[in-house]
Amino acid sequence: MSDLPIDIFTIIDLIIMSMLLVVGIALVRLNNLFAVVMLYGVYSLLAAIWFVSLDAVDVAFTEAAVGAGISTVLMLGAMLLTSREADPTPVLRRWTSFLIVAATGAALFYATLDMPSFGDAASPANSYVGLQYMHHTISEIGMPNVVTAVLASYRGYDTFGETVVVLTAGLGVMLILGIGVSGGQAAPSAPEVQSKTAKKSKDVSVKSTENHHIVLQVIAKMLIPIIVLYALYVQFHGDFGPGGGFQAGVILASAVILYSLIFGMEETRRAIPPRFVQIGTALGVLIYGGTGIVTLALGGKFLDYNVLNAHDPVHGQHLGIMFVEIGVLVTVASVMLAIYYGFAARYRELKDQDW
Amino acid sequence: MDFVLGHFNYWVVISLMMTGLYVVISTGNLVKKLVGLGVFQTSVFQLYITMGKVAGGQPPILVNLPELEAQAEAGAEHGAELVAEIATEHSAEIVPDPMIASGDQPAEVPAGQPLDVELSTPTDLPEVTSLPSEAFDPLMGVVYSNPLPHVLILTAIVVGVATLAVGLALVVRIRESYGSIEETDIDEAEYKTAGQGS
Amino acid sequence: MSLMSAISSISGLRDLLPHAAALVVVIPLLAGPIAVILAKARLAWLWSVLVAAAAFGLSLVLLGTVLGGETITYEMGNWPAPLGIIYYVDSLNALVISLVSGMALLALLYGWPMVEREIEPKKQAMFFGTFLICLAGLIGVAITGDAFNVFVFLEVSSISTYVLVAMGAGQNRQALTASFNYLILGTIGATFFVIGVGLLYMATGTLNMADISRLLADGDNDRVVRAAFSFIVIGLGLKTAMFPLHTWLPNAYAFSPSMIGVFLASTATKVAFYTLIRFLFSVFHAGAPFETAMFDYVLAPMAITAMIVCSVQASFQPDVRRLLAYSSVAQLGYMLLGLSMGTVAGLSAGLLHMFNHALMKGALFMAVGLATLGLGVIQVSEMRGMGKTMPLTAAGLSIAGLSLMGVPLTAGFVSKYYLVIAALERGWWWAVAAIVVSSVLAIFYIGRMIEAMYLQKPPSHGDDPVIVVRSPILAIVPLYILVAANIWFFFDPSVPKGLADSAATLLLGGGAP
Repeated sequence: MSDLPIDIFTIIDLIIMSMLLVVGIALVRLNNLFAVVMLYGVYSLLAAIWFVSLDAVDVAFTEAAVGAGISTVLMLGAMLLTSREADPTPVLRRWTSFLIVAATGAALFYATLDMPSFGDAASPANSYVGLQYMHHTISEIGMPNVVTAVLASYRGYDTFGETVVVLTAGLGVMLILGIGVSGGQAAPSAPEVQSKTAKKSKDVSVKSTENHHIVLQVIAKMLIPIIVLYALYVQFHGDFGPGGGFQAGVILASAVILYSLIFGMEETRRAIPPRFVQIGTALGVLIYGGTGIVTLALGGKFLDYNVLNAHDPVHGQHLGIMFVEIGVLVTVASVMLAIYYGFAARYRELKDQDW
Repeated sequence: MDFVLGHFNYWVVISLMMTGLYVVISTGNLVKKLVGLGVFQTSVFQLYITMGKVAGGQPPILVNLPELEAQAEAGAEHGAELVAEIATEHSAEIVPDPMIASGDQPAEVPAGQPLDVELSTPTDLPEVTSLPSEAFDPLMGVVYSNPLPHVLILTAIVVGVATLAVGLALVVRIRESYGSIEETDIDEAEYKTAGQGS
Repeated sequence: MSLMSAISSISGLRDLLPHAAALVVVIPLLAGPIAVILAKARLAWLWSVLVAAAAFGLSLVLLGTVLGGETITYEMGNWPAPLGIIYYVDSLNALVISLVSGMALLALLYGWPMVEREIEPKKQAMFFGTFLICLAGLIGVAITGDAFNVFVFLEVSSISTYVLVAMGAGQNRQALTASFNYLILGTIGATFFVIGVGLLYMATGTLNMADISRLLADGDNDRVVRAAFSFIVIGLGLKTAMFPLHTWLPNAYAFSPSMIGVFLASTATKVAFYTLIRFLFSVFHAGAPFETAMFDYVLAPMAITAMIVCSVQASFQPDVRRLLAYSSVAQLGYMLLGLSMGTVAGLSAGLLHMFNHALMKGALFMAVGLATLGLGVIQVSEMRGMGKTMPLTAAGLSIAGLSLMGVPLTAGFVSKYYLVIAALERGWWWAVAAIVVSSVLAIFYIGRMIEAMYLQKPPSHGDDPVIVVRSPILAIVPLYILVAANIWFFFDPSVPKGLADSAATLLLGGGAP
């Protein structure tokens, strides 16, 4: 079989793997939450780099945008709203946890004894369905990026489910934290929330500091159109290179979040009202599913894009993939904003407690 | 030695997975639990991506699609047949009889069907799997890594961040209600209220 | 089946019937976001009822087709099996899908008066939207023939469930921690499942369940496959609340909004249990030595422990809903016991018990929700005199409780009877003993409630007997539909029994036990 020569790629892999291990161990040992969250970002970014080295460019892009980007920012936000330090783990719990983990790990190490070698082109995983996708895409989808073809067409139904998962997360954050659809602040429903007497005066001070950042405002105004343009590029270039609705949605949302950081929440809520965001979360899923309903109406099966163009099925595939990717974009961007609104609406309470 | 080189990656990935799992189980801090969950999931992604790597391959983006299309449609008349053949073969074989429920009788497997040989030694399969490439190589000799794990992991990453968002929203509300995000404090608070309530 | 023929006779729908397998998931999945856009609570509720009714109708169509001896396959995107994702319906999942969509419909009917009181008004539309997504996710898990698609829809249903459970926070803040624990353990379970599916993919190169099964036909001694088996069992075990992995369940059931408690108790773990069966019997080969050893030495002892330990725990719970939740874990033990026998009779009895348990636990949670609404009841001791103050609810609760004990004239008796027969057939006398012990414990903990309701005087403040809210008629009707079902399926268990038998026969490859 393919014997692995120790070449430059192996060395890169080894370096990344050892860095991942070091970060992992540091994560276990540290109790400062700020350090833990930042290390998680580092871990994700390292993983993304490794994915590039393993040829998974689309995954690397998403991991960098979602894992190292959105996840880390969300964790930082939640950490600011909660606490900075974690209590150390009691000794007994450490050992019981270790035993569970050791048993699980042992099962996996046992499994490696029969695993095909790394990089083996003839392993079942790499030679059966995976390889067929490469062959079929040429004639059936006609799209250079096979990952996009499989994601949006062959396994497009999975991606539909995934878009719904994103919507659910958005709904979840809106339900749990509120999004302020009715105009004012999200009213925390928990009766135990501490007094908010100092709130009014703080509002004023927050506003006034935000208005001082003129340099930031000018730069942001220049940057935001470029970010939006880049998002659109990522969206529509997904057929040819790494990219697609998920990454583009995250980038698009980040443009709005940047706007909100510089110009303030109130301004952003005026520009993009929460109700609009809420409808957007739902709309994206409806665009995706609607594409499937259209294919049903045209006599095909659910998400059978071939029927979208009666004469040229390959063109139908291109159309279908474009529609569903737009659906993904709309839902992902809206949900990211909904999550941001949900968390951002809480920051005033933070000022009372933690700063 | 070959075995170690070929499986070293898996061991590292497994160790990372277990590191993440350990953090989830051992810590009593809710934010750190979610971080651990993130590390656990990210490491599982690495397991998938590692198994999809093909030595000497490149990302699954077809580098010369126009020529490939030409070859598939017109150029090699043989090739077009083969591509079609793969499709019909599978639709004919799996679809009408999914036999999902009667797994123990293997279906009539046509000769040349990839992979229906001893699974205990999956590394001995090269000639069976080279079905298309012997007569006609639709990929024109370029080696690509496997796209399928990438697709699955793209899905899993998004599912992961969705879970994380809901989890963090809950943590924020828990902090507001209990004033702490440590499991021990929360349990204590519950114990107290239970004592007063009854 | 007259309903089914009525539906199919409407000509406009006839074109859609070949797509029924897809639509039963897609309709609620798309209706969820529409409910969010509708924004008006009452409108969103009406819409949800319509959608759940449509899903139930479609699942009856599927059930009718399957009863006719056919299996249904539907290729998503028209891609053939190993390349694309397929939906696959046989007698096993047709039963589960009908159960889930039927319970969703009843829970929705029951839920409106509850939701009106328990959830903030401006969140109600989103709440119903999330509920519909949860429903679609559960049906999606049950109907798919693709291993990775199971994961995606498992997460669709799980994430929406975490959110729905957390909505109980308006009543009790413990809903938040319950939801969080469920989220952590549920996600660990899902990740274990993904590891298992990844290992299966590594060993076979495909994700289609039938295809995996075909390729595993002679791969039993492969260590990757064995590890995959263990990870999938543990992952789905977490979702099923299999005994030592059940710690998330009691609080999640006890503190969720009433309507969600009803729906979860009667569906969520059932779908996970179904998925476990699907993987154990139709992806892996149940007769192989490694699997048999796991059944005999891991699953069966766990099932027995659950039946006894969790029944004892239930007996000591002061909180009614936690009592019922612990009892659910114990009842899951019965189903797992049936499964672990590895015989047609055992598996069939386990499946039948799954169906009956959904009926009884649905009714019990409905009645307890009404009691909470009417009297503010949370603890068993607060139920005293309910036979007088809330006679209808108390009667419903008692009948469903009798069914849970396994008293003759109720459905619970039938499945326990078959379970005992199957255990005797297999020669597992200790299993019979465990069933008896567990049933005695059930008599004790249900008896506590019945005793409080009928033999104790209602609490009184001064002269007036306290009654806060009369049970809304809209909520009483679904309760009594379930109570009636509990009695009906004692006298005529032929449909579920027939389906369970044919499913068990199919799963075990048609061989006699």
